[in-house]
Amino acid sequence: MLHAVDGVSFEVRKGETFALVGESGCGKSTIARLIVGLYAPSRGRIEFDGVEISNPAAKAATARMRRRMQMIFQDPYASLNPRWRVRDVIAEPIRAHQEHTKRVEERARRVGGLAAEEAQITTRVAELLKQVGLAPEDGEKYPHEFSGGQRQRISIARALSGNPEFLVCDEPTSALDVSVQAQILNLMTELQARLGLTYLFISHNLAVVSHVADRIGVMYLGRLVEIADAQELFARPKHPYTRMLLDAVPDLEMSGRQRTPIAGEVPNPLSPPTGCAFHPRCPHANDRCKRERPELRSLVEAGVKPGLIRHGEAASACHAVEEKRI
Amino acid sequence: MRTAPAMILEVKNLRVEFPTRRGTLVAVDGISFSIAPGEVLGVVGESGAGKSLTGAAIIGLLDPPGRIAAGEILLEGERIDHLQHEQMRRIRGRRIGAIFQDPLTSLNPLYTIGEQLIETIRTHLAIGAAEARERALALLREVGIPAPEARIDHYPHQFSGGMRQRVVISLALCTEPRLIIADEPTTALDVSIQAQIIQLLKKLAREHGAAVMLITHDMGVIAETADRVAVMYAGRIAEIGPVREVIRAAKHPYTAGLMGSIPKIRIAADRLRAPLVQIDGAMPRLNAIPSGCAFHPRCGKSFERCTTERPEPRPAGANLTACWLYD
Repeated sequence: MLHAVDGVSFEVRKGETFALVGESGCGKSTIARLIVGLYAPSRGRIEFDGVEISNPAAKAATARMRRRMQMIFQDPYASLNPRWRVRDVIAEPIRAHQEHTKRVEERARRVGGLAAEEAQITTRVAELLKQVGLAPEDGEKYPHEFSGGQRQRISIARALSGNPEFLVCDEPTSALDVSVQAQILNLMTELQARLGLTYLFISHNLAVVSHVADRIGVMYLGRLVEIADAQELFARPKHPYTRMLLDAVPDLEMSGRQRTPIAGEVPNPLSPPTGCAFHPRCPHANDRCKRERPELRSLVEAGVKPGLIRHGEAASACHAVEEKRI
Repeated sequence: MRTAPAMILEVKNLRVEFPTRRGTLVAVDGISFSIAPGEVLGVVGESGAGKSLTGAAIIGLLDPPGRIAAGEILLEGERIDHLQHEQMRRIRGRRIGAIFQDPLTSLNPLYTIGEQLIETIRTHLAIGAAEARERALALLREVGIPAPEARIDHYPHQFSGGMRQRVVISLALCTEPRLIIADEPTTALDVSIQAQIIQLLKKLAREHGAAVMLITHDMGVIAETADRVAVMYAGRIAEIGPVREVIRAAKHPYTAGLMGSIPKIRIAADRLRAPLVQIDGAMPRLNAIPSGCAFHPRCGKSFERCTTERPEPRPAGANLTACWLYD
């Protein structure tokens, strides 16, 4: 049995950007897919606006909630249908939504509804294209006529077309060149401010995350090892793994700081180490770390019962931090 | 007889073309640079800049119909750009080592890494099997593979990504090449592993006195590894100079924009979430390279001359910069 994600609890507050960071295989993308319903959790629950959306029995309630969220994928080459014109790619969520509403309200009986709806969709698509920095005429083209950065703009326009409140962004700029990455990150920040969006931002790149995130969760081998406000996490990282990730970021200011190379690699998730999964690579590990798995504990009140970490609290899953050894 | 050259690799006015039905595409357009013994030259650029093609041209592995259309490539003072396939193959194994992005494409899954190392060593050096195995073990130890005596008989799939890349590095080094071409050697690796591989490459270049051409899109890797750096844009070198100068005092507007667009970790609250410097537009396609300076349509400082006349690299501070601002 492989636990891709194991006992993870966190909250995303309305209007904020919550980032999940970690190396390949840590489970961050699995969480994204669980939230949007591409996978079903084996245990645990996911709530959106107070309504559980992880219960397969409550399909109708889940579907209503899911329309308020959308996902942006990493690879803009694989996530756009090459046979569709861009305007149809962007309009698909609108049409899918209308189909649904029609069934419910039988709106199709209204005379002249269809033509008016199509005109509305055309206007809406043009507006969305402008919003992401493309021209309305670009809607007539096919995805292959665009560069990687432009394709990611199209993905964003598609995600926005159903007026979502919550966007799950899985490595949205990892496939892009740096100058294009800057364009997309700036666009996402601007759209968030303008439309009041909430982001779950998933990335392996701490520097990218420091530009967009309000709060950050650090993952290692399927578990959350630290949660903190972005500023706090970068200024005073608690968990040894977070410190290691920060040390591994290249020094572009050329201050002469040497990257501290960390011994070892991420273990095989099929046979994770006992106790704290990070202990074989951790300079502060002792016998307790090898034996006992540390729970994510609030750093505000020492000794508080582990569980859901409320907004504004910093937490870390580390015996050494709890025992004040580091 | 030739005198010992100061440079291991010299590239002069290299031009790489792809003839197509709709005309000839120029992917690398008249670039020149050289690398000294023990030096790491970083070649950095975004997708389509021509950096990987430059590397492929040097090791004689351009995919047809791509071809070297003009210029010279000299390895230790000797021209290697017009050699026959067979002659080039011998040089490639013996005097030039190559490291690519995906270690799995460089390793044969059907042979143990020991067999691959020993075969490579014995193809190029006249030594016996036992001596070759000793040499292979020493190399694996040097690149930091734990318990090499046991690991030498393992197959590539039994290694992790970072360990595989170490094996590829040991393969590239096994004939003591004078030049190592590393094309995105850390791109497929996680950050914690990247730092290990970078330190290894740097140490090996220094200790073996080899010249290293490090091709990457990652400025962070360049900053930590390279002595000098060449910034490529649309098949040309925009700027070349010592790494500190290029990174901290970029002269070319493209280099400056590129540096500004790289996210850096921000700690101070007032700087958190400030917008990044962005260069509008995208790198031109090969069939639509702008006239004059290829960067002028995206450049905030361009003027009349930039649109018509092509700038060649000329001194600007410690760097060479292909920009009319420094004429």
